[in-house]
Amino acid sequence: MNTNSNAYTIGYASIMVIIVAFLLAFISSSLKEKQTENVKLDTKKQILSALNITDGDVATNWEQVTDFVLNADGSLAEYTDEFKTNYADTTELHVFECTLNGEKKYVFPVRGAGLWGPIWGYVALNSDKNTVFGTYFGHEGETPGLGAEITKPFFTEQFKGKTVTRDGNVVLSVVKNGKVSDSSCEVDGISGGTITSKGVDEMLKTCLKRYSSFLSSATDVTSGATKVEAAAQDSAAAKMAVVDSTINAVKDTIVAKVEPIVKEVKDELKK
Amino acid sequence: MSNLKETFLTPLGLNNPVAVQVLGICSALAVTAQLEPAIVMGLSVTIILALANVVISLLRNTIPNRIRIIVQLVVVATLVTIVSEVLKAFAYDVSVALSVYVGLIITNCILMGRLEAFAMANGPVDSLVDGIGNGLGYAIILVIVAFIRELFGAGTLFGYQVIPDCLYEAGYMNCGLMLMPPMALIILGCIIWAMRAKNPELQEK
Repeated sequence: MNTNSNAYTIGYASIMVIIVAFLLAFISSSLKEKQTENVKLDTKKQILSALNITDGDVATNWEQVTDFVLNADGSLAEYTDEFKTNYADTTELHVFECTLNGEKKYVFPVRGAGLWGPIWGYVALNSDKNTVFGTYFGHEGETPGLGAEITKPFFTEQFKGKTVTRDGNVVLSVVKNGKVSDSSCEVDGISGGTITSKGVDEMLKTCLKRYSSFLSSATDVTSGATKVEAAAQDSAAAKMAVVDSTINAVKDTIVAKVEPIVKEVKDELKK
Repeated sequence: MSNLKETFLTPLGLNNPVAVQVLGICSALAVTAQLEPAIVMGLSVTIILALANVVISLLRNTIPNRIRIIVQLVVVATLVTIVSEVLKAFAYDVSVALSVYVGLIITNCILMGRLEAFAMANGPVDSLVDGIGNGLGYAIILVIVAFIRELFGAGTLFGYQVIPDCLYEAGYMNCGLMLMPPMALIILGCIIWAMRAKNPELQEK
């Protein structure tokens, strides 16, 4: 057979493309479910890693974590039972809540861009919503040994205990290696990984900024029970204020009435 | 038999795809800042190259001459996609570790070079051996470069510190330049230089 004829070439190319297309489609669809499971499991692992939980079964550990969606004003929009794997959608404000040793922790997903591709992370805050409890960073294709070092413990551990916001602004930042001037909120970047470090800095600033109303609100919106409790505390405080002012007023009148009598008595005594 | 042995051994030394044919150096540059990704990349290329060589070798008599490069590319791309999909489903951690390198394999010129130069003209067994040999020849150079870069650039091997603290206290410093991509080219240049100096038959007249 003449393998150089036009008909043969076109036929060969067509058949090859059809076979390859079916093969890839078949493999992709048959493995899809398992892959999604893996991605889900991995995302959960990353969130738990931000909470410094790295031991044990991911599914069991995950039972302590709840996923919430917030409104822009920081109030609770919905409780999501359905776990997502992609938190790149910036219109939804997701927050994960987890109680560890009786203290509430909040985890915020962050997304940004590194040097070669996307970078992401999960930032866990203490119940004061202002100090970092733990972080996790991931990347798609940053340079090994340079930008890719953002995933390493020596980098992520640095964030622990740092202040996130001050006067409503996100102050948590990554600065050039060795240029830390305020150690309460600044973290050393990676030398040689400047653009990735800057990407992390920008990612933290822009993504955490969107949660600023949630971070600055003292009340706990993600939990209905605590919310009611806080409201009760508020009304109690208001009542106390009323009582205080009444007492003060009474005191003033008494003092005003008693003073002239005291003066009179004193005068009598002098005579 | 001796022919097979030769097919396997020459790409490891005198006909090394990276050091002698100077192919595939773009990926050699990207993944050699640390040993671990270098080894992973070397092994991935070896496996894909061996498989692609066998497939093309089996098809070699049917492939129309005018579209042979396209056919080779389709075979490589299909194999890479299948391997990456299977890894994602059954060895997720490995696929995360490989991340972009899997994609880089498609563009590796060693693959196209071996398919065009060897698999199109030889039987499947020879092609398999040639693929493994060339893949390992590529891996060896990657590992040498990564060893030098990680040792002098970060003071570690496989992420573990090997340069003792007392040396650092004595004033020793890691060479940050080693971690930069240009250094991979310079080291590669030195390896090529050493090989050509040792083997005069490699030198052009």
